[in-house]
Amino acid sequence: MAHTQTNDGATLTLKFTGDCVVDRLPELEADLAAASASGARSVIFDVSGIGRLDISSAWLILDRARHLTATGVATRLVGARSEHFEFLEELTRTSAEAAAQGAAERLALWQRFPRDVGLWTLKRTDDLVGGTAFLGHLVAIFVSAGRDLKRLRAPSIVRHVYETGVTAMPIVALIAFLISVIVAYLGADQLRKFGAEIFVVDLVTIAVLREMGVLLTAIIVAGRSGSAFAAEIGVMKLNEEVDALDAIGMNPVEVLVLPRVIGLVIALPLLTVLADATGLVGGGLLSSWLVNIPPTQYLQRMQEAISSTTFWAGIVKAPVFAVLIAAVGTFRGMQVRGSSRELGRLTTVAVVQSIFLVILADALFAILFVKIDF
Amino acid sequence: MSAADLPIVSVRGLVNRFGTQTVHDGLDLDIRSGEIFGIVGGSGSGKSVLLRSILGLQRPVAGSVAIEGRDITRLSDEELRAVKRSYGVTFQHGALFSSLTVSQNVELPIAEYVDLKQETLTALSELRIRMVGLPADAGSKYPAQLSGGMVKRAALARALALEPGLLFLDEPTSGLDPISAAAFDELILYLQEHLHLTVVMITHDLDTIMRTCNRVGVIVDARMIVDSLDGILQNEHPWIREYFHGPRARAVGDRSTAMGKTNG
Repeated sequence: MAHTQTNDGATLTLKFTGDCVVDRLPELEADLAAASASGARSVIFDVSGIGRLDISSAWLILDRARHLTATGVATRLVGARSEHFEFLEELTRTSAEAAAQGAAERLALWQRFPRDVGLWTLKRTDDLVGGTAFLGHLVAIFVSAGRDLKRLRAPSIVRHVYETGVTAMPIVALIAFLISVIVAYLGADQLRKFGAEIFVVDLVTIAVLREMGVLLTAIIVAGRSGSAFAAEIGVMKLNEEVDALDAIGMNPVEVLVLPRVIGLVIALPLLTVLADATGLVGGGLLSSWLVNIPPTQYLQRMQEAISSTTFWAGIVKAPVFAVLIAAVGTFRGMQVRGSSRELGRLTTVAVVQSIFLVILADALFAILFVKIDF
Repeated sequence: MSAADLPIVSVRGLVNRFGTQTVHDGLDLDIRSGEIFGIVGGSGSGKSVLLRSILGLQRPVAGSVAIEGRDITRLSDEELRAVKRSYGVTFQHGALFSSLTVSQNVELPIAEYVDLKQETLTALSELRIRMVGLPADAGSKYPAQLSGGMVKRAALARALALEPGLLFLDEPTSGLDPISAAAFDELILYLQEHLHLTVVMITHDLDTIMRTCNRVGVIVDARMIVDSLDGILQNEHPWIREYFHGPRARAVGDRSTAMGKTNG
């Protein structure tokens, strides 16, 4: 807005002209900031020349006047014919006491840091306690539901086997195939230097069967199904569907969590078998193509390379990984409350944590298997 | 006809169809500047679809919707944006952005259209929050931390962010207890008087209609019957009679008459 400032010594007069509306707030903001910065001991806001005045502009003028008064500058409003000012004065009076108590406390850094550490620790502890309780609850429900097969909800389990297992088959097969081809390719390159290309077969079969088949499958499933579990249950929490189940007298853990856990415990080992098979096929194809090991020789060498436990050393881990992925996903889903933002955050947490736990468990298995010579 | 008499919203021959189901079939509606207009209709009669058509969120199959004389069904995206800037809306469930605090929700539309410092934005959101009667500390809360009544008020604060002259309210009092709903009615009247608003509301709340509305439009048979509140109460259409004089309405109507209440 066009305005004139007259500064006769200690008094600054801000004379507003033209329209004061939302679109022109930046100009008003600049004028008011200039008034504060001028250092005058007395400021007069002359609003008599304003054409259209909207309530935001009036509020900002009053707000600035209040701030200046608070810092010891005398302020005066001249020519306020608009009813907006009366409305705002009334509004300020009625809500003044509410504003006084609303002032948020600001903590210094040295106060904030220990507080944040403390809060973080409490949250982790809550997570740990909550997670353990959830797992215990799950086992208790499983045991009690196991006595009554109807409560295991077979149709629901079948649906989850389909969604987490059958629909994951193409991607699991493809990735297992590609990874074993890469391992065989790099391995052949190194082993050729020693003239020991035949050991490519040992490398691929042992790596795929013991570790990579199950680990890759678990990570893919954690990304696909762990997130889906958290999101599905999270949305049900937000819609109060979980509360509705509870109110009907159906235990949400029994209805929502248990079928997902059991479904994944069935699906993940089967997917692992698929990953093992396609991985071995990939290694075999690359061996015959790159290092001239024909399929018959590959099969024969493979049987010499592996012992009777190699396959089982991989596959026994699958149910454990399945429980971890499903439990973390459903637990995080159950934690969602309040907002869609929580849903997104906890879905992410579910995937990251389940992948972490799968790898941690895999490390523990590796140590265990070495110790017991499995 | 002078400019002041022009309807602020004018709907002509509106047709909306979903598949074979016709929701609106030649619906006409004029909303005058400065009034509080109530839209009433049975469940599934297309109240929300009508609102979405007027807001320009949904293009009708046929017909025109003019806001302040501009037919929004023929505007470019940029012109439509200018129209959208000129009205405020609250949605049925508040539709507050759950990842933002109440203050940030109110500041968002202002910051989108006007380039201001954070300090100024804070002062402006504080004003909106006070205007709708929320306590000052509500500004730093997230929507999930608010009660139903506070969500409605916060949504109203956001709708008023850019000082619209035209305000649309979708079921403003649904889900509120009678005391909160009555307080919300008073708030709407208070703001309408002080900010010179034109208010269009969809509501099922007969108390709200009796207390606030100057005129009422009823969607029946895919068209709209518009009359003053008293006129609608006298209307002989069976559905309207049932709506305003049915068992649930009788208590409200009787009480209003007994109090000798006049509207407008």
